[in-house]
Amino acid sequence: MVARLLERIKTDRSAQVATGLAVLAVVYPLIVETLRDLPVVGDFVPQTSSMVVMLVTTMMALGLNVVVGYAGLLDLGYVAFYAAGAYVAGWLASQQFGQVSFHVGSTVADGLSGIHVSMWLVFALAGVFTTVVGILIGLPTLRLRGDYLAIVTLGFGEIVPQFVRNADNIGGFDLTNGTFGIAPIDSLGVGGFVFRSQDNRDDLYYWTAIALLLFTVFCCVRLRDSRLGRAWVAIREDETAAAAMGVPLMRTKTWSYAIGAFFGGVAGAFLASYRAGAFPADFYFNFSIFLLCMVILGGMGSIWGVLAGGMILGYLNIEGLATIGSKVQEAGLDFDPTKYQFGIYGFIIVVMMLFRPTGLIPERRHKIELEEGLHDTPLYDVQHEGALTDRDPSDD
Amino acid sequence: MAATATAALNRIRGSSLIDLIGLCLLALIVVWLLVQFFDDPTRFLSIAVIGVTNGAAYGLVALGYTLVYGILQLINFAHGDVFALSGLVASTIIVSVLGLDEESTVIVIVGGLLVTLAITAPVFAFVNAGIERVAYKPLRRAPRLAPLITAVGVSFIIQNVSLALYDVDYRSVPNFIPRTDAVAIGDVAIQWNKVAVILIVIPVLLVLTWFVRSTRQGKAMRAVSQDTDASAMMGIDVNRTISFTFVVAGALAAAAGLVYLLQFNMRYDTGFELGLIAFTAAVLGGIGNLTGAVLGAMVIGLVQAFNEGLDGAPGSDWTRSIVFGMLIAILVFRPQGILGERTPEGA
Repeated sequence: MVARLLERIKTDRSAQVATGLAVLAVVYPLIVETLRDLPVVGDFVPQTSSMVVMLVTTMMALGLNVVVGYAGLLDLGYVAFYAAGAYVAGWLASQQFGQVSFHVGSTVADGLSGIHVSMWLVFALAGVFTTVVGILIGLPTLRLRGDYLAIVTLGFGEIVPQFVRNADNIGGFDLTNGTFGIAPIDSLGVGGFVFRSQDNRDDLYYWTAIALLLFTVFCCVRLRDSRLGRAWVAIREDETAAAAMGVPLMRTKTWSYAIGAFFGGVAGAFLASYRAGAFPADFYFNFSIFLLCMVILGGMGSIWGVLAGGMILGYLNIEGLATIGSKVQEAGLDFDPTKYQFGIYGFIIVVMMLFRPTGLIPERRHKIELEEGLHDTPLYDVQHEGALTDRDPSDD
Repeated sequence: MAATATAALNRIRGSSLIDLIGLCLLALIVVWLLVQFFDDPTRFLSIAVIGVTNGAAYGLVALGYTLVYGILQLINFAHGDVFALSGLVASTIIVSVLGLDEESTVIVIVGGLLVTLAITAPVFAFVNAGIERVAYKPLRRAPRLAPLITAVGVSFIIQNVSLALYDVDYRSVPNFIPRTDAVAIGDVAIQWNKVAVILIVIPVLLVLTWFVRSTRQGKAMRAVSQDTDASAMMGIDVNRTISFTFVVAGALAAAAGLVYLLQFNMRYDTGFELGLIAFTAAVLGGIGNLTGAVLGAMVIGLVQAFNEGLDGAPGSDWTRSIVFGMLIAILVFRPQGILGERTPEGA
């Protein structure tokens, strides 16, 4: 196994690049200070704390990629899963429910009120919970055609944040602590050791994030090549043909939704733990579009593309635009790019869709699909009730 | 084949159950409204008046969505933002350029508003057609999600143009149309500014319906929406017809911007929220159906007003959730909308 891997690194160019990047990623927190001291480029090197957020948003983008890239279902409300994950962390690992005191393997002091479940377990539970939410959202809506589905997911993406903002008094019960959000949420920890700021909290969270991202990438690769993954691609390319070949449409689509939601939930719980809180102000429509922009920039369906797109946009969002802005203002121009960040993302979306719809690192199959202009003809034609679509085979 | 038949059968069985649930939900709401009505009829009707007039203003925006969807099957997300930008530009023209205020005479005000519309309508008709030409036309043969994603991107670009030009402040115009009572039926009074909105929206709807039904260009639009290839073979210039639809939608957005501005404040992101409400209205009425769009918008206006005005309703904190909940319910229970025709595809 190891020998084969080494052999591949020796011969395969892309394996060399991947190994290099992986090594760089792992040692990043140790060399970041040196990098930041570099002349000229040093200011543009992201801090470890920024890297943590970038890695986790990239993980969400990979989850969205399962829905949008693999199965070809446009989800404009992915932020709902982020919110669900974050609030599961809030419910299970904070003092939100102070009425009880319930501890399971948690790192906090024993007497503390509220539910405190081990953060590692919370990640799993958040993933399971959002998977269930994804299935519940998916079941009634996945029957709908692509653009209606987009609108419905958008609707859910708006309802969930409003729900958490208002659910501080449901029949007198405070579920979400309203606009203040739930804070503080417990930190990660191993045994009796808690990731605290005096113990390089950022670095420890960084390595955890790397591990989570690697896990996500591994799942994405395995899913892509699995029977389920091939069924998704079949549906994306031609629903009618896929159904005729015996692919169960509803079940397959629901799986893509559920699995996409899972990663969103785990990432949401992680981010809530890192930020030590779940705040409703974080969950807004623009965030869904931001993730979508990552997927489109990188290349729909392409794991390496989404990784690249996610890291690039994540960097711009959290540090890059502000850094560029301060450089621009030092140069004497009065322009603040952070104010127009969503205009910039919108511009990226439009330009990519028009000029390079396959993304920075295209996925092979998707590229063929887009270049040969495969029609997304639905099972039935809109205008002709009941009639199966009469497609011209030469179009395909 | 057998599998398909079974699936179809299941769908029919499933849908009758779904219809039943939908009807039960609807019946509950109707009962609740009736209780509210008999509790305090004056209050109920006053709230209803507010709902209908707000809904009429939404209806103008919804018409733009439904027109474009009818012809391209594209949800033009950018429409709401074009609407907001046009309203903001109108506010500048009215306040800074023409300098209208409450002291101006009626003729000056009406003339001024018409001049404003004469400027914004062509400008935004042109902008809207430009968006189509640049962002949507190259993707006409691409997979269906491509133009939809692009529309989301364009929406953000336009929103940021508004942000760059007008910053984050709310803009408004003086109350040109007096808030005095125009009609009073019993204790229920209807103010002039509300009458004015209805007086604008109804004629626009009638003219638009006549246009789409009876004129040559309107017939071309309907033909293209039914079958692009066949209409091209019949000698219809498809590109021109689509461009023209966007021109009409852009002019409608400008009119909607002005009407909305006369009633409410606007800022750069007004269009996003209102666009979603208007789109919901278009779906509720039956997307592609002009009368349905205005009707749906009035229903949404009513729902909103009842929700925020009546006792025992969840209140304005939940308005957005209720509107989107309705949207989801419609798509699940009756995807063809109130006035739309049933297509198996909608589900």
